[in-house]
Order: sequence, then structure tokens, then C-alpha cells
Amino acid sequence: MTTTPRHLHRFHGGLHLPANKALSNGGGVRSMPLPKQLILPLAQHIGEPAEALVKPGERVLKGQMIARAHGYVSVPIHASSSGTVIEIAEHAVPHPSGLRAPCIVIDTDGKDEAAPDTLSGDPLQLDPNELRNRVRNAGIVGLGGAGFPSFIKLNPGPNRPIHTLLINGAECEPYITCDDVLMREHAADIVAGARILMHALNAPECLIAIEDNKPEAAVAMRTAITTTSTANMEVVVVPTIYPTGGERQLIKVITGREVPSQGLPADVGVVCHNPGTAVAVQRALTRGEPLISRILTVTGQGVARPGNVDVRIGTLMADVVAACGGYTEQARQLLMGGPMMGFAMSSDEVPIVKTSNCLLVAARDELPLPQAPLPCIRCGACVEVCPAELLPQQLYWYAHTRDFDKIQDYSLFDCIECGCCAQVCPSHIPLVQHYRFAKTEIWNQEREREKADLARQRHEFRLSRIEREKDERAERLKQKQKALQTPAEEGIDPKKAAIQAALERTKAKKAAATPAAGDDI
Amino acid sequence: MQFPTFSSPHLPATSSVARVMREVLLALLPGIAGAWWFFGWGVIVNIVLATLACVLAEAAMLAARGRPVVVTLADGSAVLTGVLLALALPPLAPAWLPVVGALFAIVVAKQLYGGLGYNPFNPAMVGYVVLLISFPREMTQWSAPSGLGIAQLGLADSLAWSLRGVLPADTTLDALTLATPLDSVKTALGIGEMLREIVAAPKFGAYGGHGWEWINFAYLLGGLYLIQRRLIDWRIPVGMLGALFAIALVFHGSDTDSYPAPLFHLFGGAAMLGAFFIATDPVTASTTPRGRLLFGAGIGLIVYVIRTWGGYPDGVAFAVLLMNMAAPTLDHYTKPRVFGQSGKRDNQQSGDQ
Repeated sequence: MTTTPRHLHRFHGGLHLPANKALSNGGGVRSMPLPKQLILPLAQHIGEPAEALVKPGERVLKGQMIARAHGYVSVPIHASSSGTVIEIAEHAVPHPSGLRAPCIVIDTDGKDEAAPDTLSGDPLQLDPNELRNRVRNAGIVGLGGAGFPSFIKLNPGPNRPIHTLLINGAECEPYITCDDVLMREHAADIVAGARILMHALNAPECLIAIEDNKPEAAVAMRTAITTTSTANMEVVVVPTIYPTGGERQLIKVITGREVPSQGLPADVGVVCHNPGTAVAVQRALTRGEPLISRILTVTGQGVARPGNVDVRIGTLMADVVAACGGYTEQARQLLMGGPMMGFAMSSDEVPIVKTSNCLLVAARDELPLPQAPLPCIRCGACVEVCPAELLPQQLYWYAHTRDFDKIQDYSLFDCIECGCCAQVCPSHIPLVQHYRFAKTEIWNQEREREKADLARQRHEFRLSRIEREKDERAERLKQKQKALQTPAEEGIDPKKAAIQAALERTKAKKAAATPAAGDDI
Repeated sequence: MQFPTFSSPHLPATSSVARVMREVLLALLPGIAGAWWFFGWGVIVNIVLATLACVLAEAAMLAARGRPVVVTLADGSAVLTGVLLALALPPLAPAWLPVVGALFAIVVAKQLYGGLGYNPFNPAMVGYVVLLISFPREMTQWSAPSGLGIAQLGLADSLAWSLRGVLPADTTLDALTLATPLDSVKTALGIGEMLREIVAAPKFGAYGGHGWEWINFAYLLGGLYLIQRRLIDWRIPVGMLGALFAIALVFHGSDTDSYPAPLFHLFGGAAMLGAFFIATDPVTASTTPRGRLLFGAGIGLIVYVIRTWGGYPDGVAFAVLLMNMAAPTLDHYTKPRVFGQSGKRDNQQSGDQ
């Protein structure tokens, strides 16, 4: 470990926010009673939903794969406890719109009987390919919030050598403390997981970034590195400023380099993983436990006993809150995630998924009702805080006027939706909402355009086919007439000629039918 | 349990338009106090009249446009427009002058364009320019700054003059007024006098005109407060004052007898009020960082051109309006480099790979 402080860099903008972390970061990680029912959505992260492998009535064991990956950006799902599958049906999932989506519902039997281990081995001796497969089979996605399948991030490809594995323990969002307590309590597991990740990436160095408002976590991690005498691993304490935990912002702070706008961290030789992901990898590969539980911060003045809870994936939010002493009198709003990027839930009858890092039950005066927006006065306060160095007021203007070409000129898709702009807006405009709207509209338009292009191609193909068939018919007719007129001259048997003509007709028909097979009418 | 849902972020707002306007008004107080001290009660009479007219006009227009009246008035922008317009007017103006200016500012320049946030031109400056072009005589009725031994009107007399056009029996308007330093210099230079003789008169004070230099200094203080509170961007005032100073220095350096010193330009007219309180109106200014520097610099240059070769003694209002016109173009050509997109900084970084 070096003793000279590392030279850190700055990203543009950002905010100093009230942290509100003391509410939940004491008391370690609590366990909670096994819930009676588990609801496991088939889609828990970006990418394609998994495909169910079980049927209603089937008994499943803890850790048993109950849905398999479907497509590349997809990972399997495992039963979080033993019990019986009672249905595979639509159920409310954590989504801002209160969306319902297919879920596997398991009634637990309380035995918590584990399925046989297919994942563990000596991970540092495994071939990186095999390692990635096991990480995938363990159902591991990024536990920081976005939930990108981890095995993909472990496969940057031969053209992008990775020089640094970055463990992102910044946890910059207010209220959330699950990574903080994980680093304090399971530092050795994080170190072990990080070593496996380094091996998978063939990365020579691992840096663990922690914001300076979590000194206990930094001490715990440093101690774990020293006591395990792990080489090439270092804790880097970074200044507390929201959104340092954003992958691109953190890479800028640590390395001074900017991940290209359309690119990936691997383009600058870095791969980021959350400490929770490192622990999940370590558990899967050394103990054979797939991702069936995670640490969840339950906080806010609306919950009786805030803290961090080890929760089985699929547990209903209502059960989690009940295990934390229930709601207080003042409870008024339920957020999944933190106050800056989390989204408001309309109901607590919704399961915890792999990407749920925080349940924030806000009291009446804790997170106030949004104020009525006033017109934008173009003050530029948003420009000063935007960590993506965008012009939020211009993006707002073009989202407002639905000028979706212009808004892309202003790099809408570089917006990370951190909410800094809306936070400082004196006109109280819900800017992020406008950007999400514009992004969704643009995606819809692109889909529509693709569909229209396809339809046009089909139509043109159909027209050309009809034209060709007409020509062919005319040609055949001509030949037939010719054959009837000239049999004697050429000395061909009219019977033979008729057979020949019939053969040709079939041939022509076949030729006409072949391209039509691809045509969808 | 059911809960209401809102869009993120969810933390309480830390700022509001009303708070911004209140702080700008607060920052104007030293300048207002200075203007009152040197130019008398007419300053206050103008402020009251212009502000009342702005607020009433805004209320009437909002009602006519079917917009919420009370909520919108509470943003404080109409009050600020009234105060800024009044501070630009001569203290011995008749009552209808601030009223007409205020009506034009709010009705035409602001509300007809869609109200706060949608006006392309600075409303107070539109009102001012309309008055300057239409009523040139009334627009020169500047009272003499106190301390030069010239009589000033008290509160009651100021009201009587403003509202009824009646002066105390023992005085005339000519006995109360004095040309502004910029005006005097322009006239004197026009008839071929030497600058060093002109500015030797007591009304030219130490460097920017007696009284004027103190008022400008007070606006400067208020402006620095706004920058420190991060309510205005430093780039616009720095651009404007820097450009004005630089060009004045060049010409003054080339001929000290024909071109006033840079400090005279900064402290002798409306430069400080314009730089910190008028050019920084966010709605009508450029919004990109580089654009704001250029926007300010453009104003500074135009102010100098008008003062030196133009037909008016001062040119802040015209300069601001001209640059308002240029703001969208400036914004278009000064888009900042987006994080992670190719640009100068990125090249440097890939160099050290």
C-alpha cells in the first residue's frame, strides 16, 4: 500500500447534499424472518427477461435455478428459499408506473432446504471463461442499482486490456448505507470477491473508492487488505460530492480520464463493480450460493426501526417494512432507491428485486410535495451543477417543444438522470421527468421508424413480385400460343410439347413461389 | 399501503425564483441608497411609481391572458423590472415618464411575448429606450448631485414636481438640474475642449464624476454580493467591464486629451448597474459559460462605441438590447463540450495513455 495520497481529479458540477446516512448506518446488518411468500419477477434488470423453468405445483429448493437466461443480456433466477411454486402470473413489480409483469410466486415451506452446489470451486484456478459462466449461472447482476449482468462486464474482449478494477463504494446518494455497512462488516468477503473479479478480468490492480464521509468503511477495507496481505489492492478515499458514485464520474475522479460518450469504462481500461457484487461473486464461487439475497437499506422517518436488512430477493416491501417495526404515523411516501434517483412506489405490495438497494419511507415533512413549476428563467444554475456538462435548460426547452432532433444535438442521451439540475432549479421544473419523456419518445419513434421501414420493404417486394408474376404469365401464354401454332414446322409431337409446357409451368411456379416464402402477408 | 408518486429528485428545493429576485433587490439597496443620497427624493418617487405601474400592468396582463395572477406576481420579477427602470431614469422626471416606461416594459416587452422566461429583450431596457427615443427632453432632467452647492428638492417638493409639475416659488428647473458627467464630456469634447480641462471641474469628482463614482461603487458592492451568493454568473460583468476597460484604455492611451480614462467609463455612467444587474438578466442573456463572456464583452464594446461616437451620452440600454438579439446565436456557437465527447481535453488525455 502506498502512503502518498493519490492525485485525484474533479468532475464538473455536482452537489453537496444532506447525507442523512446516520439514520440507517448503525446497528450492522439485520436478518429478517423468512417471508411466507416470494414473488420473483422474470425481468429484474436491463436486458431480456429470464424464461421460467418450473411449473405451478412444483417443489423448489433454495438456490435452485427456476428461470434460465434468455438472450445475451440476461441471467437466470434462483429460488430464494425452498417451497412450492404456486403460480407464474402477472404481479406488480417495482416500476414507477405500477407496471405488472410476469413473476414466479413461491410459497415457502420454512425449511430453507438448499439445492446442490454447482458453482463453487477454486475460483482463482478457474479459466476466466468458466468463471464468467459461473457468475452468470449464479444470476449475478450489478447490485449498485442499474443491474447490468455482471458476467458481461467481466468480458471486455481481447482489444480492451483492463488495467484497473474499480470497486465503487462511493455510495453518494443520500440515505443509502447498504454498501457502507457491507464494507464495514464484510470487508474480507469484498476483498476475496475483488480478487476473483481481478482474476476474471486479468486486471493487475484493484482500487476501492470510498467517499470521505464513510471513514469506518475505509478503515475496515484497509484492515481487510492488510490482514489478508492482498497485493495490488488499495483503498482510495474520494471527496463526498453527489454524484461521485456515478461510474463515469468516479472513473474521472480516480483516473482523470473520461469514458467516451458512446463507450464503456473498458475503453479507458477500467471496469467498475459494486462491493455488493463482489460479495455475491465470492459467495457464489466459494460457497456455491447463487444471488438469492441482498443487503437493503430501509430508512426514512416513516419507518419505525431504520437499518440495513439482509433480504431474500422476492420479499414483499410490506414484509420488509413490517420486519423493521412497521410504518410510523408520519409515513407518506415510499421510494425504491434514494431521494435523488429513486422512484416513488404507489404500493408496498411489490417485491424486492436484485437491484433494490434502498427503501426510503419518507415522513410528511422529510420529502415535501413538489412545488408548482414556474417558467424557466434560463438562470443556468443547472449548467453549473450538471456532471455530464450538458445544457439542461436547452434540453428542457427542446423536450418541452418536442423538438427531438434538436434535443439530440444537445446530447440528451449523455444525461445520467442524476437529478442535480432539478434539485437546484429555482423554477422547480421537474427536469429529469422531461428528459425521461423525451428519451422514451425518441425510442418509440425509432421503433416506429424501423417498423415502417420493414413494412415499406415488404410492400415494395410484394409489388415487384406481382409485376414479375404478371410478366411470367404473359410469357408463358406467349410460348403456349407459339407451341400450338408451330408444331408441324419443327416436327415436334404436340403431345410432347404439351407435356414440356406443363413442366415449364411448374418450374415457373416454383421459381415464383421461392421468394414469396420470405414474404409475410 | 398506498402512496402518492412523484418524479425524482425528491429532496426539498433549495432555491426559488422569488428568492432570487428578493436577493437581487437586496443587492440593489446600497446603490439605491447612494442614488437617493446624491440625487434626492426624486429617485425614490421614480422607484415607487415605476414599481406600482409594473405590478399593476403585470396583474392586468396576467388576468387578461388567463394566467394565475397572485402566484405569478409573487415571483417578484415585475417589482425588479420596475426598480431597474426607475434607477435608469432622471430623478426630476415627471410622474408619467416612469409610468409609461413601466407599461411598455411589462405589457409589450414582457407579457406580449409570453411573460417571465419568454421575453427575448430585457423589459426594463426596452421601457428605457422607448422613453429615451420618445421624450429626449424629459430624459435629461437629472438633478445635480448633492455636495456641489446646488439646491435639491425635499420629499414633498419632489412629489409635487413629479405628480403636478409644480416647483417651489423660489426656484426653476434649470437651477436644479445638471448635465451628467458623460453628457458634459460628450458636449465639451464636441466643441473642441481638452479633456484635462473638462474633468478639472468639481462635478467630475475624483475619477468618475461627483456622486456618480460612489453610486457606481455601491452597485459594484451589490454585484459582488450576488456573485458571492452565486445568483449571477461572474462572466457577464467581467466580460462587460473588462471589454469596456480594455477598449477605453487603448483609446485613452493613444490620445489622453480626446478619450476619457477607463475608470471614468467604469464609474461615470450606468456601467456598474448595467454590468451586475441588467446584463445579467438570465432570461435575455446568453446561457453558456463562454457565451456569457462574449455576451458581456459585446455589451462593453457597444457601450464604448455609443458613448464615444454615437448620438447618446450613455449606451448601456442599447448595448444590452443589441446583445439580447445576439444571445441565441452566441448560445448556438458556444455549446460546451459534453463529458466524454471528443474535444480538446479528450485529446490531451489520450495523449498521456
